[in-house]
Amino acid sequence: MEVYQKSRGGFDFGLCDRNVKLAQEQGAKLPKTKKTGTTICGIVYKNGVVLGADTRATEGPIVCDKNCEKIHKISEKIWCCGAGTSADTENVTGLIGSQMELHRLATGKEPRVITALTRLKQRLFQYQGYVSAALVLGGVDSEGGHIYTVWPHGSTDRLPYATMGSGSLAAMAIFEAGYKDDLDEKEAIDLVDQAIQAGIWNDLGSGGNVDIMVLDKKAAPKMLRNYKKLNERTFHAPGLYKFPKGTTALAEEAKKRFASMTVEAVDSKMETE
Amino acid sequence: MNELRAASMEAKQGPRSRTTQPIVTGASVLAITYKDGVMMMSDTLASYGSMARFKSVQRILKVNGASMIGASGEYSDFQYISDILEDLTDEEFDIDDGATMDAKQIHSYLSRVMYNRRTKVNPLYNQLVVAGYKNGGYLGAVDMYGSTYKENIIATGYGMYLALPLLRKGWRADLSEKEARELLEKSMTVLFYRDCRAINKYNVAKVTKAGVEISKPYSLPTQWSYKRFVNPHLSE
Repeated sequence: MEVYQKSRGGFDFGLCDRNVKLAQEQGAKLPKTKKTGTTICGIVYKNGVVLGADTRATEGPIVCDKNCEKIHKISEKIWCCGAGTSADTENVTGLIGSQMELHRLATGKEPRVITALTRLKQRLFQYQGYVSAALVLGGVDSEGGHIYTVWPHGSTDRLPYATMGSGSLAAMAIFEAGYKDDLDEKEAIDLVDQAIQAGIWNDLGSGGNVDIMVLDKKAAPKMLRNYKKLNERTFHAPGLYKFPKGTTALAEEAKKRFASMTVEAVDSKMETE
Repeated sequence: MNELRAASMEAKQGPRSRTTQPIVTGASVLAITYKDGVMMMSDTLASYGSMARFKSVQRILKVNGASMIGASGEYSDFQYISDILEDLTDEEFDIDDGATMDAKQIHSYLSRVMYNRRTKVNPLYNQLVVAGYKNGGYLGAVDMYGSTYKENIIATGYGMYLALPLLRKGWRADLSEKEARELLEKSMTVLFYRDCRAINKYNVAKVTKAGVEISKPYSLPTQWSYKRFVNPHLSE
């Protein structure tokens, strides 16, 4: 019976009762999850897709990483933006990316976005929403450019433009106001930039810089890491606290000579036993 | 403390005597100051939960020649507030001493009313937008808790999440009437696309030194025929 239980897969929730007791009775603090508050988005344009993301990672109300990377590689021309629990987005995209590479080597064919989509959704559904990963999957393959959203419970949508994360409404407002058919690369990058910025400025869970990924059907992938750096620190500490002599006025100066000291070498071993 | 004891007793004792949840609700109200004064826009829907129950209500009220209010949230509470404001203007008319309420005073009065109800744990379930003109535009908001603020750009409900980013981006102090209207209309269209409790029928209102003018209801054009919405599996 125990062996059967072990092989069923999915999460083992055996320690949950213990954790609740620890928190209530002994006042133990459960660790806060690192989340990517987040604004992420993706758009299909004339020659492929453009993905965008902000760079703020939060632990509750604290910004724990001001410049994290939320656009993950699944394969050369298939990338995935992740919102939700950082550990979940990093690990699920890493796992499926690894599976995709093995698949590519086994089949000898260029990976397809829909393959990554199917693997991601099947894994997330298996975990019934407990793997808190909300993704914007985008890429180009033999069938063209695609943008998909993947929700933590395992449902997916195929869309011309998509946004996820706490800043998704701000970004979606920009998309709804600015999207049109057959955008060119410059227009698409500009629209994604505006959408991510709307999240950065208007959503407290998003901030930092704008990252952009351009996936063109016929060109090399272009990662525009920190495409815009909008929150640079203006003031820095001046460095060494070395003040030139005379900065403060001298009230009194006194010099003393210490008698020379002799040091005797005593031959004694350290007690090691 | 008395309020809390009363609250637990009333739950066991019969019909509700305080507002705990809104029933018939209005969605977002948007407003911005512009060159000539203040412009406000809302849709004409009063929802009954997820039902589009009353599709031609006006959620913007002209208070007097120099002020107007817009309301989102519980519609009956807006009607109550309209009644007390009407009583105030009638009283002012009767006193007949030449003084008229301006938007700042209405804003202040409403914030007292809202906070007073909040302290009795029986709120008026609204987010109100107060706009007026007196030597320049006046624009402020009050919510069901009694929090108030003045700003050049106000949005309530889902408008805070969807419209505010667009309004903040497009706003300038010297917007013309046409530009202000286009900015508000663009935002209301986005709300129609993305807020499930919105409809495509609007009132736009402006208050300038010429007075308050609320338009008749009208609709805006919407775009449903993008290639990749019509055929999500388009491969090109």
